[in-house]
Amino acid sequence: MKLPIYMDYHATTPVDPRVLEAMLPYFTQDFGNAASRNHAFGWAAEEAVEEARQHVAALIGANVKEVIFTSGATESNNLAIKGVAEMYREKGTHLITCVTEHKAVIDTCKKLEKQGARVTYLPVQKDGRISLDDLRAAITDKTILITIMTANNEIGVLQPVAEIGAIAKEKGILFHTDAVQAVGKVPFDVNQAKADLVSLSAHKFYGPKGVGALYVRRRNPRVLLAEQINGGGHERGMRSGTLNVPGIVGLGKAAQIAKQEMATESERLRGLRDRLNQKLHQNLDEIYINGSMEHRLPHNLNISFAYVEGESLLMGINDVAVSSGSACTSASLEPSYVLKALGAGDDLAHSSIRFGLGRWTTEEEVDYVVEKLTSVVRRLREMSPLYEMVKEGIDLSKMQWVTH
Amino acid sequence: MAYSDKVIDHYENPRNVGSLPKGDTNVGTGLVGAPECGDVMKLQVKVNPDTGVIDDAKFKTFGCGSAIASSSLATEWLKGKTVDEALAIKNTDIVNELSLPPVKIHCSVLAEDAIKAAIADYRKKQEEQKGAPVGAHAQPSA
Repeated sequence: MKLPIYMDYHATTPVDPRVLEAMLPYFTQDFGNAASRNHAFGWAAEEAVEEARQHVAALIGANVKEVIFTSGATESNNLAIKGVAEMYREKGTHLITCVTEHKAVIDTCKKLEKQGARVTYLPVQKDGRISLDDLRAAITDKTILITIMTANNEIGVLQPVAEIGAIAKEKGILFHTDAVQAVGKVPFDVNQAKADLVSLSAHKFYGPKGVGALYVRRRNPRVLLAEQINGGGHERGMRSGTLNVPGIVGLGKAAQIAKQEMATESERLRGLRDRLNQKLHQNLDEIYINGSMEHRLPHNLNISFAYVEGESLLMGINDVAVSSGSACTSASLEPSYVLKALGAGDDLAHSSIRFGLGRWTTEEEVDYVVEKLTSVVRRLREMSPLYEMVKEGIDLSKMQWVTH
Repeated sequence: MAYSDKVIDHYENPRNVGSLPKGDTNVGTGLVGAPECGDVMKLQVKVNPDTGVIDDAKFKTFGCGSAIASSSLATEWLKGKTVDEALAIKNTDIVNELSLPPVKIHCSVLAEDAIKAAIADYRKKQEEQKGAPVGAHAQPSA
């Protein structure tokens, strides 16, 4: 077993060697500009791009003409949300999203609010999912877009996208979903989700960084977007800029592999994730899973280790790469807004660890992480005044804390 | 984020982890911070009432590595100091010793607060034992 162990596959994934191999010729040999229509270099590049588009379309059940290549999911989210807000301004200026969305969605909505749009941020329930009743109640005759993620990047919770899509369709509202964490990991079909716009990114499923796609529905309804980057009119005018051919080829290859291997891979990872979860629960008391276990990505686990602060935990397992929702690991000094939204209390947000398993995670690695974490949590609890107080029978929630 | 060697050393080999008997009149306990802020420090001193010298100091901390290191260092410094000398320890001394980056300065502030709270608790207990009215010194004359 090689150290350090990577268990942060929600942040990014390594490029699959098969993907890299597919990309390489497009840097040096077939380096043409896909927009060069008058020579063989351009044709070779365009052919490769169109093949990649087919693989991406096939992975999400779309038509090839509905796939727009972008620089990644942040751009896709910006294009979808701003593009709709601008294009459908006459129809309405109200958008609906939710509090646990990625910043690429939340901050885009905030920008639109500054420009006069109205945005409803739906709360989530304790399990991390929105309430469909809340969604229905938030819809007005001015609502033009619902944007709700498919799977959350911290807690891996799957939103009821098919139900959300059905409500949107019934009301004649467009539905965008940031499906970055789900595509290539769990089955995702644009028609099952009844989605009109879908964001995805290559580097979350073993493709390269810096490339992604936006699905834009062409029929029932035909979605129009105001372009956000002006230039040569690439990608049906929706996204100008010379195509990142090697990146797109990599995205296509990653999509092809994901489609072929998803079923076996996700089951393998579910097994490893469940093993991680069960062993941690066997070894430690007072650990709490954040978010629904039922509606969850198979390779995600997010656990709070009560009475132990997340950053000190990470320090103790410094040969394991994971993330914490603790304030101290982020620049903002605020604990995870996603965990806070679940209503579990800031103290548990500070004690959380996100595990993201992936293609190269082994059982041996899982067992190593369990052993290491168990000993560090025990050691830190021995050092924790909170653990001591709880063992003495003190109710921490009734204490008068001196906040600072 | 890279930690200084001294922070890592205190994290891996914390000095004086533990608890002293809270009810002992020679023991002062300071509990500062809040769970929702991500750090809570409990710092205790045991003072020799005849000499005013801190014989023993213990801590328990819920917090990041820098918070653990700040409180561990504080207990190390407290032992052998008089109560008045202990009160002279400034958070900036801790920042310098541990090479804490700006985002971790609050950890050192918390450690200084914990020292002051522990000594205040010790002094309050001593006053109470002597039978002086509680809070006799609480309101300094203008």
